[in-house]
Amino acid sequence: MAHFKRSLGIGLWFMFLTLPLMVVRVNTISREVEWRWYNLAWAGLCAFVIAWFWQFSIERRTARRAQVAANPHPAVEKLSLVQRLADDPVLSRRLLAVAAVVAIIFPWLVSTGQNFYHVNVMVSALIFVVLGLGLNITVGLAGLLDLGYIAFFAVGAYTYALLSKNFDLGFWTCLPLGGLMSMLFGVILGFPILRLRGDYLAIVTLGFASITKIVLENWDTLFGGAAGIANIPRPEFFGMALDSRQKSVYTYYIVLALVAVTIFVTNRLKNSRAGRAWMALREDEIASVAMGVDMARTKLSAYALGAFWAGLVGVVFAAHNNFINPDSFTFMDSAMILAMVVLGGMGSILGVIIAALALKLLPEYLRAFAEYRMLVFGAVMVLMMIFRPQGLINNMRRKYEYDTAQGGKDNGGN
Amino acid sequence: MDFEYLFELLCSGVVKGSIYALIALGYTMVYGIIQLINFAHGEVYMIGAFVAFIVTGVLTLSGHSGLTVLLLAALAAVIYAAAYGYTLEKIAYRPLRNAPRLSPLISAIGASIFLMNFVQLVQTPDFLPFPELISDFDFMEPISRYLSSVDLIILIVTTVTMIALTVLIKYTRTGKAMRATQQDMIMARLSGINVDRVISATFIIGSVLAAIAGVLIASRTGQINSAIGFTAGLKAFTAAVLGGIGNIPGAVLGGLVLGIAETLGAGYISSAYEDVFAFGLLVLILTLRPSGLLGKAVKQKV
Repeated sequence: MAHFKRSLGIGLWFMFLTLPLMVVRVNTISREVEWRWYNLAWAGLCAFVIAWFWQFSIERRTARRAQVAANPHPAVEKLSLVQRLADDPVLSRRLLAVAAVVAIIFPWLVSTGQNFYHVNVMVSALIFVVLGLGLNITVGLAGLLDLGYIAFFAVGAYTYALLSKNFDLGFWTCLPLGGLMSMLFGVILGFPILRLRGDYLAIVTLGFASITKIVLENWDTLFGGAAGIANIPRPEFFGMALDSRQKSVYTYYIVLALVAVTIFVTNRLKNSRAGRAWMALREDEIASVAMGVDMARTKLSAYALGAFWAGLVGVVFAAHNNFINPDSFTFMDSAMILAMVVLGGMGSILGVIIAALALKLLPEYLRAFAEYRMLVFGAVMVLMMIFRPQGLINNMRRKYEYDTAQGGKDNGGN
Repeated sequence: MDFEYLFELLCSGVVKGSIYALIALGYTMVYGIIQLINFAHGEVYMIGAFVAFIVTGVLTLSGHSGLTVLLLAALAAVIYAAAYGYTLEKIAYRPLRNAPRLSPLISAIGASIFLMNFVQLVQTPDFLPFPELISDFDFMEPISRYLSSVDLIILIVTTVTMIALTVLIKYTRTGKAMRATQQDMIMARLSGINVDRVISATFIIGSVLAAIAGVLIASRTGQINSAIGFTAGLKAFTAAVLGGIGNIPGAVLGGLVLGIAETLGAGYISSAYEDVFAFGLLVLILTLRPSGLLGKAVKQKV
């Protein structure tokens, strides 16, 4: 009953909140006011139902927290299905093999002579998988919050577009050049912000991305302004002429290879000297510097390596789309990539891949809900943080804990 | 050198800067207490502007006009912005009070995206013309080149609001509780302060300031859409960081510096690169003084 009353109150409160915005629409051209009272009923009803579930979920969450606090080391830890799959080496290797086979034969499964829409969709999704994995290095491993990651992607894309347009360089020459160019930008950006931490860092990276976008928009003579650059050549295949479907499939394999390389490299990096230094820096900057981690070099390398992948895949993006303009590199895209890393579980490679595919593919195939997708996306980000802050896949590092009386205090600080 | 032009730019910069300062105060107050960048603050400002737009629309079309409309619209905007700020904190931030630093930030970005798209869906994604509510004063005629009547009102309102805020923080119980919570949340709670209520109050005050800024700037630029919150929020946050985040005089100073730098850059070099000057200045100042203009260097606990 208490739940019911509270939900009712919340429903009424939301009816009040949404009253002007959802009900009234002023048309300034025809000078009319449109009253949409039915919306108010919807808002109240939805808020009531959501509030009902919300209270139960919060209660469950509190109960679970209390349980963990009371018994921090349960004998058998209950893990989710995905978590168990990710932790079991044999099973996950088999699954990986199946996934690889599916990925390789994918273009032949879904595309026929004329219809290669799905391949194109998959190419864009895989591009974002690489971006997610790249940002995972900076944010997930090194703990440097980067809100302007898309700028590095833009640097790669424009590097290829300009080099191919002005100097007639081919895709394969530009691929490493784009990566290196982004890396250079990462280092240049990295220097002034070495001393900053946390939120200051976030706002400076955000500012850097905005500056990049404004320069791209306004420097017409070099970057083509808001109209962008068109007629960017597709990747060439040993000088053979390909039809458009073959080109898409070819690009698909290029990105797939990039994904594989990225997974391999990030996986190796995670357990390398650099990777451990990043994680140490993420956990406690002062302690790790005291232990001899070179802060400047470690942070710069995290930035540069993260940027490198964005640059590489930026080249592919430009080649795949034939056309780029500054609209592809907005803050929303940065937020989207960050959301992939966070929703997937920071630092977890499999999680990031799943989240990236889900975030890119679902909106594409749920076109009917296209209007609502950003709305849902925002809500999911909030809900995910509240109910599952560790992401889809918890990237637990082995921790040694003392069993003291206050043992439960440091739990969940992952 | 053309001093008249310089003076004109300076005036416009101060007006712009005082608006930034109003929004920046909300950021800085919230940050001072719970160390959270309230990314959705710009959205609250946008909602304030929209509510004011709707109220003026309904009232003018039913035959009212003049100052009463403006006051009613501003009142509605303030009430609704406060309600949104309060609800936002309850839903998106309160459950994450003890979570790792990144979680509330992501939640804030999510809330910002949600609110922006919500307004876009239920209203319109297009630009709406905001009615001119402030008629030109006659006595402003001789200096209207430097300062229009709207600008004058903006300056007066922002000054009054800031004085009111200072009084509130310095001399009232709520203000005292806010300062105590900012210094040490646990100690404040131990000495009987209802910290949750203080945090709610902070959000409400910040949202009220944002709504005032929203109404003022909308009547100055004459148009609004659902994306104005993001840009303004970003600028205001830049201003808050510039002055040293968590520091209230710093937010005002940062807002003014940012506004003046932007208009000077736009006036003398190129208006297309206005935002570049803002962020360039931010990077420059943070490189030289990593904790902002008035910010104290935070002591590192080892």
